[in-house]
Amino acid sequence: MEISLFLSAAVIAGTPLLFATLGGIMNEKVGNLNLGVEGMMLMGAIAGFTVGFQTNNPVLALIGAGVVGAIGAFIYAVLTVSLRANQVVTGLALTIFGTGFSAFLGQNMVGKIISDGMKAKFAPVRIPLLSQIPIIGEPLFNQSPFVYLGYISAILLLLYFTYTSFGLNARMVGENPAAADAAGINVELYKYIHILIGGAFCGLGGAFLSLVYVPAWQEGITAGRGWIAVALVIFAGWNPLKAVIGGILFGGLDILGFRLQGAGLNVNQFFLDMVPYVVTIVVLVAAGVKKNSLNAPPKGLGNAYFREER
Amino acid sequence: MRESVMVELKQITKTFGTVLANENVDLVVQKGEIHALLGENGAGKSTLVNMLSGIYSPDSGSIFIRGKQMNFSSPKASIACGIGMVHQHFKLVDRLTAKENIIAGSGGSLFVSGKEIDNKIMKLCEKYDLTVELSKRVQDMSVGEKQMLEIIKVLYRGADILILDEPTAVLTPQEVERLFNIVGRMKKEGCAVIIITHKLGEVMTLCDKVTVLRRGKNVKTLEIRNTNPKVLTELMVGGSVDLEIQRIQTENKHPIYEIKNITVMNSEGVKALDDVSFTMYTSEILGVAAVAGSGQKELCEALFGLLKLKEGELVFKGENISGKTPREIYKKGISMSSVPEDRLGMGLVGSMDIVDNLLLKEYYTQKGLFVNRKSLKAKAKELVERLQVSTPGIHHPVRQLSGGNIQKVLLGREIYLDPDVLITSYPVRGLDIGATYQIYDLLNEQKQKGVAVLFVGEDLDVLLNLSDRIMVLCDGRIMGIVDAKDVTKEEIGMMMAGQTLEMVKNQGGIYGESKSS
Repeated sequence: MEISLFLSAAVIAGTPLLFATLGGIMNEKVGNLNLGVEGMMLMGAIAGFTVGFQTNNPVLALIGAGVVGAIGAFIYAVLTVSLRANQVVTGLALTIFGTGFSAFLGQNMVGKIISDGMKAKFAPVRIPLLSQIPIIGEPLFNQSPFVYLGYISAILLLLYFTYTSFGLNARMVGENPAAADAAGINVELYKYIHILIGGAFCGLGGAFLSLVYVPAWQEGITAGRGWIAVALVIFAGWNPLKAVIGGILFGGLDILGFRLQGAGLNVNQFFLDMVPYVVTIVVLVAAGVKKNSLNAPPKGLGNAYFREER
Repeated sequence: MRESVMVELKQITKTFGTVLANENVDLVVQKGEIHALLGENGAGKSTLVNMLSGIYSPDSGSIFIRGKQMNFSSPKASIACGIGMVHQHFKLVDRLTAKENIIAGSGGSLFVSGKEIDNKIMKLCEKYDLTVELSKRVQDMSVGEKQMLEIIKVLYRGADILILDEPTAVLTPQEVERLFNIVGRMKKEGCAVIIITHKLGEVMTLCDKVTVLRRGKNVKTLEIRNTNPKVLTELMVGGSVDLEIQRIQTENKHPIYEIKNITVMNSEGVKALDDVSFTMYTSEILGVAAVAGSGQKELCEALFGLLKLKEGELVFKGENISGKTPREIYKKGISMSSVPEDRLGMGLVGSMDIVDNLLLKEYYTQKGLFVNRKSLKAKAKELVERLQVSTPGIHHPVRQLSGGNIQKVLLGREIYLDPDVLITSYPVRGLDIGATYQIYDLLNEQKQKGVAVLFVGEDLDVLLNLSDRIMVLCDGRIMGIVDAKDVTKEEIGMMMAGQTLEMVKNQGGIYGESKSS
């Protein structure tokens, strides 16, 4: 049972990572490296919290988080797609912006806690048959509906990119925008749509933290999870379903410290806090060493596209 | 006659910054006509067709398709009008399959499965005698297959105006023949075909009409039956040109660089060269013929010490130099001037001027802390003068020169350092006729001086005329090394496609077989 409890906590801790990773995948599939994930998460976190706190309506809170995350992404999209600014610099700027934005709007929210009525709406819901699976059933399928939204999003994204013609077009834009353009695909439109939806996912990831995981407002609530998500995109090989596994794995690493302390093991807290970030570096190095053409990043990643360029 | 006009361009003008790419160009193409666009580099051919395909938009002038004025804002609009373009650099996504490349962007159904799509593609293939493996990824395809795929992609979108931008530059003679058959079929089906090429022979055999451009302007439009290659060349260049390539007879050949059983891996860990052995002789041009990606790039790099040998050895003047660094090899007198696809080449730094680029190969021989440019300025001036490099000055950044002039600087620098062995790949790629022949003269001059030249080329006619011997590579293996005097273009082509010299000579190759059946 101990394992089951740990896994359950890992799934919860991994859900914000999952949403943010899906957001990153949406961006990168159309060839845009967005390092503003952390910023968009924070924007979504404060928006979701504010709306949730004021209205006590979970649906409105999620919509608010998604929309504000997408607004952050829109700034990024205008700069990188229309104005062809450097994606790395723009993404970093977006993170700084999002941090300031959330701190500013959250000034009067610090320490406020989500109402019990609202918490109840995000309480775990047991899914009949699936939760009966030994060991993993309970942790995966006795969770908040918000967590299920993450699974469903991952599956839908996978189906979208694999089987639909729009998904195929999007992949083509990310791989080779010139080829996509020559094939009659509206490159800019595809980029905008996917970047905006990606931003909405990042916003939802942030809102999960402020509405379900904590659930209160504190400044810098994401604590670097956006950066882990950037690495998780690579870890998942741009595959939404693998992002679920990656999210749980890193969620597990995140909570390892508490659990070990709880079990009475005397390990240095600072060392444990370091673990997720160290593993992130290890994953990136491993991904760099292992060259596999099917796990490789979209070829056009990070490059601006300008049709008349000579 | 009016109704049969498919494409009409009137007074098209297009500028890039201060460069005038097209100036008042006119073009008329009829239904069922194969129309060649001819011109030197920078004559504005690609720019012109890119305006038809919606990539560029003209500054002024008008485009009429089937008599209707059009204003293409994007490739999508052009495709909708029935225009299909096969670009010089294929617009394909390596990681996707043939089928995915064909249907992407073509609209239609929400899902990318279904038999109807397969059937539609297969029907097209039958009609035009095309072949494609739908589930094959583009990265696993040969150049010929990729081109076939591009054509299918265009036809799938319902194009009846087809634009081919230098389609034959990278194909074997057999593949070229196949392509011409397909284009012939399209003509019969009533398509209009515009084809850009440098090769006059192809224009004469395939096309109905030809329009010659020079420096962005119309020179003339001619019926093919009323013209000949000599006239066309003169129209292109704007003066008379001697099209003879001479093979100069030289004495005093002796072995200088022996390559013994070398095997080399490429970056993906696949054998790029497999047990390759040959000898280079002084006063000789050894031509290398191969389809793109057959190991010629790795060969050049291995000979120059840039790639590690997995097996085998390099013996230069009796000394084993395998495992030495490029600089050590270079100091012994082996030079490489390679022109990869980006044209700026290996070894030139685009933002530096000619003097600094010369300095790159000399600075480490100079004494002291500071570099000395004095002697090099004189050298640079000499180089510019002797090779007729057109540049605003020796202190002008190399990147801003035209492709031909960049290549002259690159080759010139290597030659000025008096090498014993000169390795050069695609030295004339993308050059116009004038510059091309200057480069050939340079190579011949080196040969007369006693240099052993390795010349990787793409035009088989040139290889046959310029080289003393020709080595044919396929899949990293040597198919044979033949005397250029007793081999035909077709035989070389068959060897490039993977038949050994014995197979070609004994059985008469694929042509012999088909005759007897």
